[in-house]
Amino acid sequence: MANVFFNLLIFPGFLFVVVLGMAAEYVDRKFCAKLQNRVGPPWYQPFADLVKLVAKENIIPEEADAGIFKLMPIIAVTSIITAFFYIPLWQMKALFSFYGDLIVVIYLLTIPTLAIFLGGWYSRSVFSRIGATRAMTQFFAYEIPLFLSILAPAMLADSWSLSEITVFYSKHLWLSLLNSAGFAIALVALLGKLEKVPFDIPEAETEIVAGTFTEYSGRLLAFFRIAIDIELVVGSSLLAAVFLPFGLNLSFMPGFVLYLVKVLFIVALLSLLRTIFARLRIDQMINFCWKYVAPVAFFQLIVDLVVKGIIKQ
Amino acid sequence: MGRYDFKVPVGPQHPALKEPESFLLTMHGEKIAGMTVRLGYNHRGIEKACEAQTYIRDVYLIERVCGICSHSHATCFVQAVEEIAALEVPKRAIYIRTLIAELERIHSHLLWLGVAGHEIGFDTLLMYTWRDREVVMDVLAMLTGNRVNYGMNTIGGVRRDITAEQIPQVLKAVDTLEERTKYYIQVATEETTIIKRLSGVGMLSYDDAVKLGAVGPTARASGVDRDTRRDDPYAAYGELTFKVITDKHCDVYGRTVVRLGELMESYKMIRQLLANLPDGPVTVKAPRKIPAGEAFSRYEAPRGEDVHYVKANGTDKPERVKVRAPTLANVQVVAHMLKDGYLADMPIVVAAIDPCFSCTDRMVSVEDDYHSGKNIMTWPALRSAGIDWYRKRGIDFSDLNRRLRVPEN
Repeated sequence: MANVFFNLLIFPGFLFVVVLGMAAEYVDRKFCAKLQNRVGPPWYQPFADLVKLVAKENIIPEEADAGIFKLMPIIAVTSIITAFFYIPLWQMKALFSFYGDLIVVIYLLTIPTLAIFLGGWYSRSVFSRIGATRAMTQFFAYEIPLFLSILAPAMLADSWSLSEITVFYSKHLWLSLLNSAGFAIALVALLGKLEKVPFDIPEAETEIVAGTFTEYSGRLLAFFRIAIDIELVVGSSLLAAVFLPFGLNLSFMPGFVLYLVKVLFIVALLSLLRTIFARLRIDQMINFCWKYVAPVAFFQLIVDLVVKGIIKQ
Repeated sequence: MGRYDFKVPVGPQHPALKEPESFLLTMHGEKIAGMTVRLGYNHRGIEKACEAQTYIRDVYLIERVCGICSHSHATCFVQAVEEIAALEVPKRAIYIRTLIAELERIHSHLLWLGVAGHEIGFDTLLMYTWRDREVVMDVLAMLTGNRVNYGMNTIGGVRRDITAEQIPQVLKAVDTLEERTKYYIQVATEETTIIKRLSGVGMLSYDDAVKLGAVGPTARASGVDRDTRRDDPYAAYGELTFKVITDKHCDVYGRTVVRLGELMESYKMIRQLLANLPDGPVTVKAPRKIPAGEAFSRYEAPRGEDVHYVKANGTDKPERVKVRAPTLANVQVVAHMLKDGYLADMPIVVAAIDPCFSCTDRMVSVEDDYHSGKNIMTWPALRSAGIDWYRKRGIDFSDLNRRLRVPEN
């Protein structure tokens, strides 16, 4: 029992994932700064930001629905941490797993977006509402390609459990190379989910101030910030587990280091992508996702189905 | 306003705006259905303050009209005063003025490119251009002693001479900047997301640009071939060879292309200026009291044509100084360009005219007639009274084409 609590709260649970989230945010910001020819923040900056926000007063707008306004940041954090437990990290097996946990993880990953939408909507500020509407519109554009790109490897592995998918691919490593198109799609969709340039439309600073977060301050904003940091780690871990399933039968220390390297590699790829593009407009983003991203995801699905047919024979 | 329309206040305080200004947008979903602009948050009364000070102190005050095109305003004012006083400004001084003017244009256009990048969420471009802008800022600091308000002009010439050692340093900086600008031209014309965000946005046709009186790069990007430097040469521009960059895109992309092209022309001009820099003094002695008279001075600032009017009455203080900053001419076209646009395009369309709101701000004084017992005029009544007032004097504004009827006498 004590062991389960240790796993949930400290390692690889809440504390670990928060620290890793802040480390990922630091890597993202520093790498981005280096690419932009800036100095960038010191290593403790994400932690300092968090301390500052937590120490500040919570201001809830008079017109906002106080209950939902306060609840949404907490829901965002809890759902995203729950998703983390079902992803195989440095071993074949996740902390918890059951048949069908892939679907659960994908749905848990959508909850922060919904929480951001509801939090923004019930702030009752015009900027938050535009941001919330945009977040929701964007959600319908990237979610299906993301789902398809993760579904395709699952089809090939013939399992709905993330742990079993990882086991399958570490046995047939070369098969995971087939999913490279899916990896690219998942990266693009993850940019949309994390609301980073070119898909930072819901919080476009120069248009709608801070979008959904305009009215948030203090601890509640800190919770949302943590949720987004953890989402970065969880998203990267999911991609690492599905698309980079090598080196999983190492002993603890090398395996753990390899896992960190994989996650930081994906984080660095994401920051590279967000440095080299301008922000798209919402209609351009929807067009792009349905015209190019979704068809490639379907193509990936078909490729995996065909390969599966060949292997079965 | 439709049933599902709502209002979005952009400003007076908003991250997209660098100065306080209010744009109240009526939104229909993501589309802009209408817009009201309110100026007047930044009025400083500089024109009035000029009347209370001597000419020489006015030069420094006028220089502070704008933080970016400070040399433009100062030169424009000084030219008007020199014309009234019939001063023969030394050739070398005129060349140095022109040199600073072109360096200022470079720093202003690079600044604009960075701001435009920021407005469309491309912060990498902002970081790169502002890093390179430091090169020209350093040159300006070396030549004038200041990075922003150069304090170079005085009535009858310039206050500092350029030494022989400074010339190669300026040329070296210009080489660096030219190379970087070529790279930015490549980035702006080839990078897909930039083109997607800029082309077709903020359309302004040739006819509209002429009718609404757009100036500077905004007009030139709509194909209006108009540049004070060529059309009404002042300073040393009559002796330089340069092209006036125009573009037929009529959108924000065109305005970017024009500004980048103008940067390349500025580098050419600086090389010509430094190669032909005449010898001699840099200033003539100007009288303290300027003889009575009036003058009108035109100047092509980085943002468009800047116009100053000065009236002298024989004392050491001007009787009237009038400043028309380029933004005042361009701010009219913003509402037109935003029509049926997207909310997401609003920041870049406003930024595309390179606005400088504090230079352009005007004051409206509202007198309380209610308590004094006089009749309060409604807006339509005031409008028709205004039209009548002009009609009596032979000018008819009620016609959309604004024909000017010449009085028959």
